[in-house]
Amino acid sequence: MSSPQSDRLDDRIDAAWIWDRIARAVIFVGGISAIIFVVAIFAFVAKEGLTFIFQKLDLGFFFTSMEWRPAQEPEPEFGGLALIAGTASVTGLAMLIAVPFSLGVAIYIGEFATGKVRETLKILVELLAAIPSVVWGFIGLTILNPLIIDLFNVPVGLTVLNAGIILGLMAAPIMTTIAEDALKAVPDSYREAAEAMGATRWQVIRQVVLPSASKGLVAAILLGVGRGFGETMAVLMASGHAINIPTSPFDSARALTATIAAELGDTARGSDHYKALFSLGILLFLVTFVINLLADVLVRKGASDRS
Amino acid sequence: MTNETEDPLTGAALLRSAGDRAADSVSGNQDGVMFTATALDQKNARTERGYHSLFLVMSIALILPVVAILALLVIRGGPAFSWEFFTESPRANFTEGGIFPALVGTLWLVVVALLASVPLGVAAAIYLSEYAKDNALTRLINLAIINLAGVPSIVHALFGLGAFVLFFDFGTSILAASLTLAIMTLPVVIVSTRETLQAVPQSFRMACWSLGATRWQTIRKVVLPNSISGILTGVILEVSRTVGETAPVMFTGAVLFTPFLPQGVLDETMAMSLHLYMIATVIPDVPPEVPYGVALSLILMVLVLNSASIGFRVYLRGKKKW
Repeated sequence: MSSPQSDRLDDRIDAAWIWDRIARAVIFVGGISAIIFVVAIFAFVAKEGLTFIFQKLDLGFFFTSMEWRPAQEPEPEFGGLALIAGTASVTGLAMLIAVPFSLGVAIYIGEFATGKVRETLKILVELLAAIPSVVWGFIGLTILNPLIIDLFNVPVGLTVLNAGIILGLMAAPIMTTIAEDALKAVPDSYREAAEAMGATRWQVIRQVVLPSASKGLVAAILLGVGRGFGETMAVLMASGHAINIPTSPFDSARALTATIAAELGDTARGSDHYKALFSLGILLFLVTFVINLLADVLVRKGASDRS
Repeated sequence: MTNETEDPLTGAALLRSAGDRAADSVSGNQDGVMFTATALDQKNARTERGYHSLFLVMSIALILPVVAILALLVIRGGPAFSWEFFTESPRANFTEGGIFPALVGTLWLVVVALLASVPLGVAAAIYLSEYAKDNALTRLINLAIINLAGVPSIVHALFGLGAFVLFFDFGTSILAASLTLAIMTLPVVIVSTRETLQAVPQSFRMACWSLGATRWQTIRKVVLPNSISGILTGVILEVSRTVGETAPVMFTGAVLFTPFLPQGVLDETMAMSLHLYMIATVIPDVPPEVPYGVALSLILMVLVLNSASIGFRVYLRGKKKW
C-alpha cells in the first residue's frame, strides 16, 4: 500500500501523516469490502448447502425429476426439474418481451431523441426501474390476473404469461439503461465519419453504432437475463407457484427463487429441507455469477476493441 | 452484420449514388439545383422514418401500460388513504386500522441500513476514485460490485439468515435485516459516489497537494466538500431501493405483525413491503382497497424519492462551477 512518492521524501511524521495512514487503511478496507461480501455470501450459503449436496442430494435425480416433495415423510424427494423449467420459461418469455423493447427504446433515446424528449424519456425509464418487485407482483396478482382470464378465457390467470409480462416490464427499463450506456460508449467520431460519407442516421446506427456497441448490447441482455433469473417476489406472486413443467404460456409454474421464498419460513433450521433450499441458493448464486462475469468480460472486450 | 449486396453504405453504392446526383445536376436539373433526392435517397429517408417511428412507438408502449397501472392504483388505492390509515395499527385481523407500524418499521430498516452502508460505500468509492490503480485488485473489486448488485435478492436473504440471524446471533431483528439490506444496496452508493468523486477536476487535487497537504487532507477538505451533494443523490436512490425490498427482510427481521413498535435494533418489526405481500396473498378478508392503498403508498414513496434524486442531480448539473 505504501506509495513510493511518500517514501522518497524525508517526510516528517506528524499528526497529519498519521491520520493519512489511518485513513488510507480504513479506506482500503472499505475498498475491498465488496470482495469480502461476495465471498462471505457464497461461504455462508455454501456452508449450509454444500454438505447437503455432497451427502444427501442425488444430482442426477435433481436435474431430471420434477418431484419436489421436500417435506414428504419418511423419504423427501428433491427433484428440481420443474423449478428449473419454471424459472427458464418465465425468464425466457420475459426476455422475448424485454429484449426488443429495451433495444428499441435504447436506440430511440440514444440515437434519435434529442433535448427535452430525450431527458424526459430517460427519467421515465429510470422511474420505471425503481418500482419495487413486490408492487409488480401485486400488479400481476390483482390487475393482470383478471385481465388474462377475461382476454383469453382461461380459468387461471396466474401463469407463465402473467409472470413473463411482469418480469419483462421490470427488466426492460434496466436493460434499456445499460444498452443506452453501451450506445453512448461508441465515440461520436465514428458517427461523424459515417455521416460525412453521406450515410443517413439509420445507416449510421445499423452499420456503425450497433456493430461497434454489439458486445455491450449483448451484456445488457445478459444482465437482463440475470435479473429475470433472480427475481423473487414478483415471480412468486404472479406465476401461480405450481410445481409443473409448463407446456404453454397459460400453465402455472414455479421458480427456483420463489420456492426458497415460499418455503424457507416453514423449515426447521438444519433440516434437510432447509439445507436443500440453501443448495438452490448455491445454484442461483453460481448462475448469476457466471452471467455477470460474462457481461463484464463482454463490456471490457467491447471497450478494448475500440481503443 | 453488414449486408454488402443490399445496403447502400458500401463504397460502391455511395459512389453510385453520388454519381447519380452528379449526373442529375449536370444533365439538366432545370433550375440548376445542386442536390435532389434520388430514388435511393428517398428510400433511405423512408427507411429511417420507419425505424424512427417504430422505436418511438416502442418507447411509448413501454411507458403507457405503467402509467395506466399507476392510474388504476390511484383509483383503487386512493379511497384507502385517510389520516387513520397512516397513523393507526392494523386491527381485527388486518381488516381495520392502518399501516402505521409498517411505516415506522420501514423507517427503522432504512435508517439502520444507511448507517451501515453509507460510510462503507463512500469509503469504497474513495478507494476506487482516489487510490486504486488500474490493476487486478481494482478489476476484482469492480467485478465484486457488479456481482453484489446481481446476486438474486433471495440469495441475499439466505446470506442474511445464515450470517446475521444465526452466526452472529442477532436473531430476527432490525439489525440483521438492515445489514442484509445494506450489503445488497451497497453497489448503489459505491457506483454513484465514485462517479461524483471522479467528476471533481484533477486540478483541484493538484492545487491542494502542491500546498503540502496529505492525500487524506485533500480528500477531506477538497474532494468530499465538492461532491457531497452528488453523494446525497446516490443515498436518496439507495433509500428508494431499500424501501421496496421484500425478500431480504422476510426471514431476517420483518414479521407479519408486532403488537408494539420496535424499541431498538434487536427487535422485530413490521415493514411496508412485507405487509403488502402478506395482505395481498396470505391474510383473508382484507378490504380490497387496503392492499391497493399499501401498494400506492409504497410506489409513491419510491417515486418521490427517485424524483428527488433526479431533480437534485439536474439542479446540481446546472450549478456546477467547473
